[in-house]
Amino acid sequence: MFAFMSLALLVALVFSLFRALRGPTVFDRALASNSIGTGVTLLLIVVGFLNERPDFIDVSLTLALLNFVSTLAFLKFWRHGDLSHVGEEPVE
Amino acid sequence: MQSIIGMVLMTLLAVVMIGIIRLRNLFAVVIFGGIYSLLMVGLLLVLDAVDVAMTEAAVGGGLSTVLMLSVLYSTKEEEIRLVRMRAFPLFFMVVTGVLIFATWDLLPLAIADLPSHTHVSAYYLDNSLKDTGVPNVVTSVLASYRGYDTLGEVTVIFAAGIAVLVLLQGSRIAKKKVSRSDSISGSDSVSGLE
Repeated sequence: MFAFMSLALLVALVFSLFRALRGPTVFDRALASNSIGTGVTLLLIVVGFLNERPDFIDVSLTLALLNFVSTLAFLKFWRHGDLSHVGEEPVE
Repeated sequence: MQSIIGMVLMTLLAVVMIGIIRLRNLFAVVIFGGIYSLLMVGLLLVLDAVDVAMTEAAVGGGLSTVLMLSVLYSTKEEEIRLVRMRAFPLFFMVVTGVLIFATWDLLPLAIADLPSHTHVSAYYLDNSLKDTGVPNVVTSVLASYRGYDTLGEVTVIFAAGIAVLVLLQGSRIAKKKVSRSDSISGSDSVSGLE
């Protein structure tokens, strides 16, 4: 069961990587990178259960949090050209 | 099953590397660096190196992407295609060949009963829990037995981080004086730009 799940996740990783390689715009690549991060996070959990040692879920938690933060950082840089930008002007 | 997952992940890593070599858009290269370290975390966990996987997730997945982006702030978006030099790749190949030839004289590291593996490693494996109280042997060696060594490494990494910050800050001050278009024009190397 877990073996089949990990194989399916690997196939999903291959598809996401294909989109990252082909992606015409930068946003396709950012989205592909984010979904690869999600896939690897799930793969870590499934591999932990496959080895019957699910003690290493905190690694996948770290990966999920940092994947989110780095995607946000990338998009903010793409939008403003500066990571220390305060953001949008306040809404009226 | 482990080996199948490992092989698939290594193949994906090779595909990512080829993509990095072929791409010219530096934003996409930064994204591919992030993808590489994400896949590397999976591979390291499959290979049962959990502490390295944790470090790779923290440094490779999060921090290095942000650092590379702030480096991108100081440069341009597209990579300049340089004029091909024939001599340098030949030199590189020769040096690599000599180095690979030299590895034949190294000790085969995978043999478990070499003298270098039977001297202190057995002591660490037997006594680390009793000496340090840390269940993970690798952590006890890094943080307790070789604590001063680790302190020196952390100092070096801290100094390198400060140096990178100083470099980025300096380029940002210089950019305020010279505008972006002025600073890159006026040389013949721009003509090779795509």
